[in-house]
Amino acid sequence: MSDAPATVTHPAFAHQFDNLGQQRDVAVFGMWVFLVTEIMFFGGLFAGYTVYRSMYPHAFAIASQYMNVTVGALNTGVLICSSLTMVLAVQAAQLGRNRVVIWFLLATIAFGLVFLGVKAYEYHEKWVEQVVPGFNFHIHLPEARQIELLMVFYFVMTGMHALHMVIGVGLLSYLIWRASKDEFGPDYFNPVDNIGLYWHFVDIVWIFLFPMLYLIGAHLPRMIHE
Amino acid sequence: MTAHEKHAPENPAAARRSYVYVWLALLALTFATTTVGKIDLGPFNVYVALTIAVIKALLVMLFFMHVNHSRGITRVYVVAGFFWLGIMLVMTLTDYLTRRWPSPSSGW
Repeated sequence: MSDAPATVTHPAFAHQFDNLGQQRDVAVFGMWVFLVTEIMFFGGLFAGYTVYRSMYPHAFAIASQYMNVTVGALNTGVLICSSLTMVLAVQAAQLGRNRVVIWFLLATIAFGLVFLGVKAYEYHEKWVEQVVPGFNFHIHLPEARQIELLMVFYFVMTGMHALHMVIGVGLLSYLIWRASKDEFGPDYFNPVDNIGLYWHFVDIVWIFLFPMLYLIGAHLPRMIHE
Repeated sequence: MTAHEKHAPENPAAARRSYVYVWLALLALTFATTTVGKIDLGPFNVYVALTIAVIKALLVMLFFMHVNHSRGITRVYVVAGFFWLGIMLVMTLTDYLTRRWPSPSSGW
């Protein structure tokens, strides 16, 4: 009960809690409950991918050669940088340095937008190469149907990931607005902390998507003609 | 002493340094997985790629998501989440990998 006095006066304190420490614990726990549902959501896509890859390993390896490994690796680096600026924003919020929070959040948004821009460029590449399943798919290889299947997984998985990033950029903008009102400090920085958890989770999803989609055919000789 | 969620803030400069080290490690691992991915290791390419991905995910969770400082109940929930993911993947594969499919190369 040592933090009881802060409890009474803090504007962010919700009355159902004993104190701000308990409020913070519940916020972090609740965020992880949500993230576990996200694990299962993306996990379903990973399971489907694994099943079909075990059926058509050769076709999936060929299809993976349509991915631009260099661009994908650089984009992974961009996302990792955004996670660094995010965690630094959380720390600044905890220290009550709201101006610094805003700058780190702006950097995180900038990295996020670079990632999405590069993603859009890659999607455009796929369209030009005519490997967009259903809409513009004109590949004349023996296993074209199975290659198309991997491209379905590619667009659904990276599309869902990109959607999470877009939502994340919106949430980060909301945090900038909160930080501009000087709301965060040692007693209360739950929103920055939780949206940070969300951002890092989306980073982890990409950490698995990158090898699964880009790298599975990279070690084999080129089987597609440009 | 870990009654509440906390974030290694005893020394902010030390915490910042650890974040930068984790960031460098993640970039190095990305470079490693991309480089190794282009070398033909036969069936081991996939194991190397997934091992590196798991290490990277652990680094992000332990340090950036502060699981190494979390309360026990939060850690239990994180582990349970991945355990259930494991159930989904393993039980799905015990079905699909043990069916008698026609040869994949015969098409759909």
